[in-house]
Amino acid sequence: MTDTASGPLTADSIAGAAYIVAALLFILSLAGLSKHEKARAGVIYGITGMVIALAATIWLTLQDAWGTGHALTGLGLLVAAVAVGGAIGLWRARVVEMTGMPELIALLHSFVGLAAVLVGWNGHLEAPALSADLMAIHHAEVFIGVFIGAVTFTGSIVAFLKLSARMKSSPLMLPGKNGINIGALAAFIALTVWYVNDSQLWLLIVVTILALGLGWHLVASIGGGDMPVVVSMLNSYSGWAAAAAGFLLNNDLLIITGALVGSSGAYLSYIMCKAMNRSFISVIAGGFGIAAPASKGDTDHGEHREITAEATAEMLINASSVVITPGYGMAVAQAQYPVAELAHQLREKGVNVRFGIHPVAGRLPGHMNVLLAEAKVPYDIVLEMDEINDDLGDTSVVLVIGANDTVNPAAAEDPGSPIAGMPVLKVWEAENVVVFKRSMAAGYAGVQNPLFYRDNSQMLFGDAKTRVEEILRAF
Amino acid sequence: MTRIGIVAELGRETRVAATPVTVKQLLGLGYEVVVEKGAGEAASFRDEAYAEAGALIVGADEAWGSDLVLRINPPSGEEIDRLAKGATLIGSLNPGLRPDLVEALAARPITALALDAVPRISRAQSMDVLSSMANIAGYRAVIEAAHEFGRFFTGQVTAAGKVPPAKVLVAGAGVAGLAAIGAASSLGAIVRATDPRPEVADQVKSIGGTYLKVEVEEAMESSDGYAKATSEAYNRRAAEIYTEQAADVDIIITTALIPGRPAPKLLTADDVAAMKSGSVIVDMAAGQGGNVEGSVAGERIVTDNGVVILGYTDLPARLPAQASQLYGTNMVNLLKLLTPDKDGALRIDFDDVVQRSVTVVREGEKTWPPPPVQVSAAPTVKTDAGTAAENTAPKKKQGLSPAGKAGLFAAGIAALFGINTVAPAPLPQHFTVLMLSVVVGFYVIGKVHHALHTPLMSVTNAISGIIVVGALLQVTSENIIMQVLAAVAVLLASINIFGGFAVTRRMLAMFSAGKARS
Repeated sequence: MTDTASGPLTADSIAGAAYIVAALLFILSLAGLSKHEKARAGVIYGITGMVIALAATIWLTLQDAWGTGHALTGLGLLVAAVAVGGAIGLWRARVVEMTGMPELIALLHSFVGLAAVLVGWNGHLEAPALSADLMAIHHAEVFIGVFIGAVTFTGSIVAFLKLSARMKSSPLMLPGKNGINIGALAAFIALTVWYVNDSQLWLLIVVTILALGLGWHLVASIGGGDMPVVVSMLNSYSGWAAAAAGFLLNNDLLIITGALVGSSGAYLSYIMCKAMNRSFISVIAGGFGIAAPASKGDTDHGEHREITAEATAEMLINASSVVITPGYGMAVAQAQYPVAELAHQLREKGVNVRFGIHPVAGRLPGHMNVLLAEAKVPYDIVLEMDEINDDLGDTSVVLVIGANDTVNPAAAEDPGSPIAGMPVLKVWEAENVVVFKRSMAAGYAGVQNPLFYRDNSQMLFGDAKTRVEEILRAF
Repeated sequence: MTRIGIVAELGRETRVAATPVTVKQLLGLGYEVVVEKGAGEAASFRDEAYAEAGALIVGADEAWGSDLVLRINPPSGEEIDRLAKGATLIGSLNPGLRPDLVEALAARPITALALDAVPRISRAQSMDVLSSMANIAGYRAVIEAAHEFGRFFTGQVTAAGKVPPAKVLVAGAGVAGLAAIGAASSLGAIVRATDPRPEVADQVKSIGGTYLKVEVEEAMESSDGYAKATSEAYNRRAAEIYTEQAADVDIIITTALIPGRPAPKLLTADDVAAMKSGSVIVDMAAGQGGNVEGSVAGERIVTDNGVVILGYTDLPARLPAQASQLYGTNMVNLLKLLTPDKDGALRIDFDDVVQRSVTVVREGEKTWPPPPVQVSAAPTVKTDAGTAAENTAPKKKQGLSPAGKAGLFAAGIAALFGINTVAPAPLPQHFTVLMLSVVVGFYVIGKVHHALHTPLMSVTNAISGIIVVGALLQVTSENIIMQVLAAVAVLLASINIFGGFAVTRRMLAMFSAGKARS
């Protein structure tokens, strides 16, 4: 939107009004997600806002350029691009597995990042007629927009590759990796100053490459278990990229939306970090669990005991209350359907079944909730850690399905543990604990879990899905 | 195999150090268990029940001759002599106040563990016999008071008239105090409580009491988990509260104890004199000098104005079966710690603070007092998880100090101010919009339900596809390169918008409230 047109009811004023309405609808959309009942209405608000914003913008652009030859090509390109993009988007949304949500979301972030880079490049090519002061600002905005966009782009691509196991999820450990990050930032600042003074295309190319490299390195050096934080951080970046584009294009809607998305991602990252009792910086700088060598595992924890699926079934039927605490392992084994069926059957038998979800379980904020919802587990029996922790002491059986660090008693009891102080589900307080696990390997943090050796815990080894199905058969 | 002897207590003690239930658990740890004949009689545990649980019933000498003797009260001089050479005695020895006993124990080649010296750390809670006995005592104090009190606790409206509820004041909201608050409020009384530690207010409220705050600004958090002595200004205000309350309430239960010191006097003779006739005071600290002027340890006193003061010191023993069961379980938990391999072999590891703290005498050598244990119940010690990570970039790794945070905040504000003072026309407006949106964003997102975080992310994802607006504005450019770039951007952003909204709708359709499925 430009400020050239004036007078009542111009394309500009209508578009401006439409943008304000759209911005409000976006805020309502996010607000709607605070409750399950209002969540669907929230999405409707979002879609309506988007339609209004797009209609106004398209109309505005065409109005401005109507009659010129390139308007027609533009329109053609536009329709084609929206059609193709929309089709791809809808197709992916329809076929994606719920366990694959983290990958999809990471990939979608990368698109925003790339789009921001392209918009920024166009900002360079466009070179509007502006005063010297404004020109300098315009250049800075182009540069910053391209930088944030490019970091988001490669960062998201790496997150996607790691989440979809196309790249190994262990952190990349380049020597002096913090130096690399800080150096890249310093170089970016220097280049910005240079570009503002002398806007050469090659500077833009250099900064794009620099930012692409930084984004790649930043996420590559963060391990797979920290992905919930990384994904929401990238969500935040994609918002800031949009906001930067808004500065560049003088468009308040982009600024508002970008800021909403940016603060939303930042807030989610903050929640995740709090749930792990770690500072945001330490996650972003990577390196968790590196100085926590498995040597701690040398201490003799004693013997673990195994249990069969049949014995577990019997224990469950005789239980008065059961709490299931799923983790990433449940997503990997695609066990959410049998688990839901298990919960359903036990509830029919009069057993009080609930789920306890740790805030960082899975690879995405709220990942477990989505999987359980997919399997039609009613959301009122799916509780947060704080809601269920006090009840675990009165619980007959806790089923730990593919979770490890989030149920590690060492976090609460061993001040020397690398995860000391991290809030965890106190499953060990229950009468019996059955741990579904593939092997005795340590969890993501590389910390041995004393839970497995407790008197009240028993191990059920094997694929979680198969095991749960066996329990169902044994009923 | 090590043999455990459960011996009878002296005098009027009704409790016993193990019940048939805990005997089974002791056997599970690999020990052999003998019980002195009639040891559990007063607590309604018959010899047959012990035998059924797997213990051997033996005479007193044989029980005292065991390798490991479990006891409640400290042994008399004679009893110490009955212990075999190399034997271990576990009981509530109260070593802090009984230096004579510690010396007497150290004079023999034995090991003595004081179950009541367990440090107050979370890990040792399951062995904290002081807490479990205090819990019982608090409950029993209410029952004793109810027994003496000539009225209902609960208020009623009957055909014969209206009965007001009793008013109970509990002084000290420790374990005993909380138990008393809970018992009294479940009987239907109006319960008020005082305590120098303001952080107990929530606990008091949670079990049905009203916390009476002493309005003097002073932090009473102590590093070892017990209340400390208080300041003068505080004491004056507290005394006023007690005077006011004494005139109002029907029942007062005092539980205030300071470790290693005589109990603080909370109620003066004047306060007691101001109470209504028929009121009851239970002074649970009577054994340590008493919180109430005029209370006598172990006695029931009636004052001139008809107030009953109970100074019973054997409250836990008045619920012998319950007290024995909890005591026995604490004992089993300590032995679990001391028998890591469950092979019936007792091992004391001095590197473990719990084991170190309880050991009063080791093989004839005095080990009391133990080094102090700092309890992390105070919220001051917070380990920074960042320290676990490597330290190559100290600037980025550690959490910032409060001063650092304030500095950073000030720098941020200054930068915002600086930029906006020099920025030309449209920029400040943009910053205004940005700032307000960020604030709105934080408040809106802060309310989002935890379970909806994934849909939130996908919807913000779709919304951030709004960058398409930027590309749209450029797509009609005269420059063909720009047109192509913009078209690609439109395509990418469209994937986002359509995909994001569609997948959010799909997810939300799955969330369903209870019982939808059947």
